[in-house]
Amino acid sequence: MKSWRKTWTKMILSLSKDPVKIVREQDVILFRNRVKEMAVKIKMGLVNQTRLITAASELVRNMLRYADGGNCLIEVVSRGRDNGIRLTFTDQGPGIADIDLAMKDGYSTGKSLGLGLPGTKRLVNEFNIKSKVGEGTVVTIIKWANG
Amino acid sequence: MDRIPILRMGSFLLVTIQVDLYDRLALTLEADLVQMVNKTNAKGVLIDISAVSIVDSFMGRIIGNIASMSKILDAETVVVGMQPAVAITLIELGLPLKGVHTALDVEKGMNLLKSMIDEVVEEDLDEDDSVSE
Repeated sequence: MKSWRKTWTKMILSLSKDPVKIVREQDVILFRNRVKEMAVKIKMGLVNQTRLITAASELVRNMLRYADGGNCLIEVVSRGRDNGIRLTFTDQGPGIADIDLAMKDGYSTGKSLGLGLPGTKRLVNEFNIKSKVGEGTVVTIIKWANG
Repeated sequence: MDRIPILRMGSFLLVTIQVDLYDRLALTLEADLVQMVNKTNAKGVLIDISAVSIVDSFMGRIIGNIASMSKILDAETVVVGMQPAVAITLIELGLPLKGVHTALDVEKGMNLLKSMIDEVVEEDLDEDDSVSE
């Protein structure tokens, strides 16, 4: 019984899926608004909303800068009693050779501050990055409404 | 192309950002503002971001840039009206906006600018006195 409950509470269910294509800078605003709408719908607090949208904004910018755009999937997810937003960013860019290095504060190959990835990680509850050089990068983040 | 209007008020420039910024808009604002500081000989720049709900690392960098660029053109920059959630996010992101003066609202920001410029004027006067002595 106990182990069953454990697996049940750990399971993340996707309640809705909303794909958004990002090819131009202006798409970012549309995307941010869409994320905000979803966050409001699951009654996420204002501070968490801001954290989530800022994180999303960082990741979308990375995608535009390094991979000329890509796809985003906005999902409402639930885990037990918690509701949250899961964002999946998929691009077919050059990929990241050394993820550990990219996750370090202050490291950047572009002309930025190098806060994007590590900063984003601090703003969300779950952060997952997978990348293959020459194939692309997939970043998944989750922000729980009460997280 | 979209542009954010820059208003002139005496020796100050006033910018109210009422729309969501995308990168090119922010870069245009940066360029326009620095041009305007130069053209109008402004002593202060006041940026109202009370309607801005998101400041990410890029936007933060632009604000920092505007402040440093204005500084070397002899103008002070004050950012006013930041939403609490934005302040929390900026710090967690790792962007403390060092070197940027802030105030809670436009009125306080204006007073801060005035006091900063008065100080500079007084210092100049003091220096003049010491030279004549």
